[in-house]
Amino acid sequence: MRDSGTQATRRQIMVVAAAREIRDGEVVFVGMRLPLLGFALARALHAPRAIGLFENGVVRDSPPAGPIITMGDPPNIVGALACTTLLDVMGYLQRGRVHVGFLGGAQVDRFGNLNTTWVDQDGRRIRLPGSGGAADIASLAQRTVVIMQHERRRFPARVSYLTSPGYGTGPRWRHAVGLVRGGPARVITSLGVLGFDPESGEMVLESVHPGVTVEEVRAHTGWDLRVSPALRTTPVPTPEELEVLRRFDPEGIWTG
Amino acid sequence: MPLRAAIQEFVRDGMTVAMGTGLESCIPFAAGHEIIRQGRRDLTLVGPISDILFDQLIGAGCVARVIAAWVGNVGAGIAYNFRRAVEEGVPHALEVEDHSNFTVALALEAAARGVPFLPTRTVLGSDVARNHPRLREMVCPFTGAKLLAVGAVHPDVTILHVQRSDPDGNAHLWGNLGISLEAARAAEAVLVTCEELVDPAVIRSDPNRTLVPGFLVRAVAVVPSGSHPSPTQGYLNRDDRFYDEYHDETRTREGFLAWLDRMVLGTRDHQEYLERLGEARLRALRPRAPHLAAPVDYGL
Repeated sequence: MRDSGTQATRRQIMVVAAAREIRDGEVVFVGMRLPLLGFALARALHAPRAIGLFENGVVRDSPPAGPIITMGDPPNIVGALACTTLLDVMGYLQRGRVHVGFLGGAQVDRFGNLNTTWVDQDGRRIRLPGSGGAADIASLAQRTVVIMQHERRRFPARVSYLTSPGYGTGPRWRHAVGLVRGGPARVITSLGVLGFDPESGEMVLESVHPGVTVEEVRAHTGWDLRVSPALRTTPVPTPEELEVLRRFDPEGIWTG
Repeated sequence: MPLRAAIQEFVRDGMTVAMGTGLESCIPFAAGHEIIRQGRRDLTLVGPISDILFDQLIGAGCVARVIAAWVGNVGAGIAYNFRRAVEEGVPHALEVEDHSNFTVALALEAAARGVPFLPTRTVLGSDVARNHPRLREMVCPFTGAKLLAVGAVHPDVTILHVQRSDPDGNAHLWGNLGISLEAARAAEAVLVTCEELVDPAVIRSDPNRTLVPGFLVRAVAVVPSGSHPSPTQGYLNRDDRFYDEYHDETRTREGFLAWLDRMVLGTRDHQEYLERLGEARLRALRPRAPHLAAPVDYGL
């Protein structure tokens, strides 16, 4: 979907917002699809010294050598800095060397907890694939960024199953359960960008994408969503960002 | 040893079998299909994520329990046989021991190192760790900090698909490793399927690349394209379309059974499976150009 008044699609806005979460020199636990593009964009523009880790053991400082569906695809190995083990890169996480990790999920709640295991749908319990490495990234990265479609069923007040920890039930929860750092910094959705209030650990709407209203965001959120007093419109991609994105996704497969 | 004989001899009903340890690459699909053809039952499967191989074994009725972090179809999302087994008990009930990728790796690493558990800081507070048979909160004896103890998982058999091996199972693998090394060291026996059987001199020319030493390996079967539809670096690229087609065809139980008849039960061995795919499709999956590493010098 293309927003009126800008040249960018919603997905391009999301990828650019993700890229801006990566600072130069950071070690990034990269996911597939939109975060992978976000990493490529950040490296090409404002974070040329960022390093990307993949949970299968791949360490890269450049985009894959061709299009990939999974992190284990051959183009993600060619030109890598290192191919090591899963235990090795999880060790970097646990050691505190990973600055930011990207996550998605079926559900995210008020405190940024993620569910990828069980959901209820029309009175039925639906079994989803499970954690994979998400619970590890959520537990151990210095901070996480969640990328989600903004739909009411994906934004319940409380997840039905807590796969990947956010702030649990409030700001002191992580410390109380034994987690030594981390927690979600941003949730980037199809409608806006949200942060977290340090006092309550609760999600706060920080910006809406061009053409989106606060009412629309609240209608698609399953609790009484707080709105930042400094609410703004999500900055649209610059011509330079769009040009680089089109280079990495020329067919618009991920961002069309 | 032919793959059929290796599965016959080393994979028995009720065993704990680790597979798909490379995550999305080098998944030993040919070995999994042979397990289905031989009608194994009550297996416990161990793996991190398992891109549709576990789903096939579950749908074929081979599996009683899964110890895994993720069961699905990486390209398409849901794995329908896994869902049918968990939600409806079809073809029969399935016990699931949920993990994260890190905890399943640590469970195998504990077994590999000969200790009953390893401590970690991951998944504390997650529902994954709640009422779990193998994850237990503990207090650090040095600092008093809260930790999670991950109990060892001991596979009876770990099955790996690798690029090349000598006849004794000294195996060279490269590219993506995942948890293959820990799974091999944790197991009672390792079965290797390989793209190429090579002379021991090839293995000895680059001992740093011998990531699985032969003394762990009980059988080696030469199975070119044995990872299809998953990739094997330098030999076979990923057959993305296959995963999408599998997703569409296995939406219903009847659809899955038709798929199983056509691709597995109706093929005698992996050679026939590959013939069913057709030469043109396989040719399109072969790497188009070599991408050689610089040689290393072990000179005296």
